[in-house]
Amino acid sequence: MEKYQKLTGIAAPMPLINIDTDMIIPKVFLKTIKRSGLGVNLFAEMRYNDDGSEKDDFVLNQPAYRDAEIIVAGDNFGCGSSREHAPWAIKDFGVRCVVSTGFADIFFSNCFKNGILPIVLPKEQVDLLMKDAEKGANARMTVDLEAQEITTSDGEVIAFDVDAFKKHCLLEGLDDISLTLAKADAIQSFEQQAQQSRPWV
Amino acid sequence: MSPTTLYDKIWDAHVADQTEDGTCLLYIDRHLVHEVTSPQAFEGLRMAGRKVHAPDKTIAVPDHNVPTTPDRVNGIENEEGRIQVAALDKNARDFGVHYYPMNDVRQGIVHIVGPEQGWTLPGMTVVCGDSHTATHGAFGALAHGIGTSEVEHVLATQTLIQKKSKNMKVEITGKLQPGVTAKDITLAVIGETGTAGGTGYVIEYCGEAIRDLSMEGRMTVCNMAIEGGARAGLIAPDQTTYDYVMGRPHAPKGAQWDAALTWWKTLFTDENAVFDKVVTLRGEDIAPVVTWGTSPEDVLPITATVPFATDFEGGKVDAAARSLAYMGLESGTKLTDIKIDTVFIGSCTNGRIEDLRAVAGVVKGKKIKEGMRALIVPGSGLVRAQAEEEGLAEIFLDAGFEWRMAGCSMCLAMNPDQLEAGERCAATSNRNFEGRQGRGGRTHLVSPVMAAAAALTGHLTDIRDFL
Repeated sequence: MEKYQKLTGIAAPMPLINIDTDMIIPKVFLKTIKRSGLGVNLFAEMRYNDDGSEKDDFVLNQPAYRDAEIIVAGDNFGCGSSREHAPWAIKDFGVRCVVSTGFADIFFSNCFKNGILPIVLPKEQVDLLMKDAEKGANARMTVDLEAQEITTSDGEVIAFDVDAFKKHCLLEGLDDISLTLAKADAIQSFEQQAQQSRPWV
Repeated sequence: MSPTTLYDKIWDAHVADQTEDGTCLLYIDRHLVHEVTSPQAFEGLRMAGRKVHAPDKTIAVPDHNVPTTPDRVNGIENEEGRIQVAALDKNARDFGVHYYPMNDVRQGIVHIVGPEQGWTLPGMTVVCGDSHTATHGAFGALAHGIGTSEVEHVLATQTLIQKKSKNMKVEITGKLQPGVTAKDITLAVIGETGTAGGTGYVIEYCGEAIRDLSMEGRMTVCNMAIEGGARAGLIAPDQTTYDYVMGRPHAPKGAQWDAALTWWKTLFTDENAVFDKVVTLRGEDIAPVVTWGTSPEDVLPITATVPFATDFEGGKVDAAARSLAYMGLESGTKLTDIKIDTVFIGSCTNGRIEDLRAVAGVVKGKKIKEGMRALIVPGSGLVRAQAEEEGLAEIFLDAGFEWRMAGCSMCLAMNPDQLEAGERCAATSNRNFEGRQGRGGRTHLVSPVMAAAAALTGHLTDIRDFL
């Protein structure tokens, strides 16, 4: 995975609450056996008409937000299905950071595996960032993972929390499987002990 | 030792490694795999030259894409679906994992096959690249959905990198009223907590009304823990659990059974154990419920009316307005006046034999409303076979239902079973999201008996009218 760099970009406001992974990537696009190329299908049912033309009122179709790299979202973003196609589509579109008051557990975890930083902030701060995002393309936010800070287009700085291990993996672009395989001895010794204590498993 | 919860106990028994910040390697006892969320994971293994660490603990079955019409023995018509199922066929063979191919009678929805075959046992950790893995929590197993990267991680290492969740207790006291089912319990809980109410928690369901449920009912309750945002739902194992598990193909036998049972009997929450959050509902207060909107938290008793967006607060006002428009509903309409075009009975939530028996009890000797499309999709080939043996299939066919082969079907409509735009469905599945059952399709989540009643009358119906 690529190392997560400091990001300065356009933020798209999506205040709707409970945006689920069926909205993020509808099931018709889950038939792929690849990880790539899903960006064009991101939010497909909200973004396109039945004939494939764009819906003008959808935020990512508006000129100001076509190149958004950040999404500021309503509560409980990413709820529903575990489909990793959701973060794959978000990443493929070009978004590398999503800010909300909360994320569904599986989606949250999936983001980190794909170089996307999900940031949880209190409602007042998400509201403030939503307002900033609504200013359009000239208003660019900066997300600095290293410093754990978001800087609004007005220069206001908002600090955020992130799990130290997950932060380390994002910044260094680390692959989880290699990290875990380095602990093969611990896994083997657990298996030997489990074979004794729970042989029926 | 300080008192611990059921979740604490299962968690502690599976930590293979822990670092100072609390990040753990959680050992996984059972890894269930289906065709939609696994191809990229197996491909990742191939690219890295890795093997499946524990193929004997890995069970694969195609379910999401498979057609449910009997002609599927001739193959899957949709090319992409066919490729995905063929990829699972090949991956299962190449990597040597347990496999139930589409035309095996044991094939079915992965969360129905696992318990049915005795792969799911109390005290286990169970994962699958599917959010409804929560189902297996009914056995007192710590079971949750994972993404495809984590599927690959489990295939390669048999572990997950995890931090522990918080403990939440959901207690349902007392007895259920006639016509009220496990589905109504789980929907009522989500109505109470909201879809994010369980985020960051593992829920333990307890109380008399939960104890009184069969294993099928408990699976229905735990299945939708994810719809409340929880990582997993759990119910402590008891005699009901042991009776269900005993004799299943992959359940322990003989001395191993005795040893397992001894351990399983230690799997309960100690008295005075502390929960971070507690929700209590009175079983007597739960009515047969239905969802009106496009979030599983949009739950109301069937006797209620369609709400107004302005009944809500904050971001829910806009969300409710959007839901009402999508659902084509006018506020103030009685829920029982909502006409239904299609009834879908099945899914990992309500596709088990007990669900089908309940439906048969309602529709026996009756006919579904003229013009109604009504599908019954058993959760597995074995559920289908049993329903045929018990004469249920005949009852369904006589009433006018379509009687299908096993699969996920119209729950997520990845196969040909889909709603048309504007088509309104009473469904026993788990999600009423926009487009879930087909672009523009409108879903009302209900229990199997409520779905059966709607099929007969042509509109959402209070099952208590039939009692």
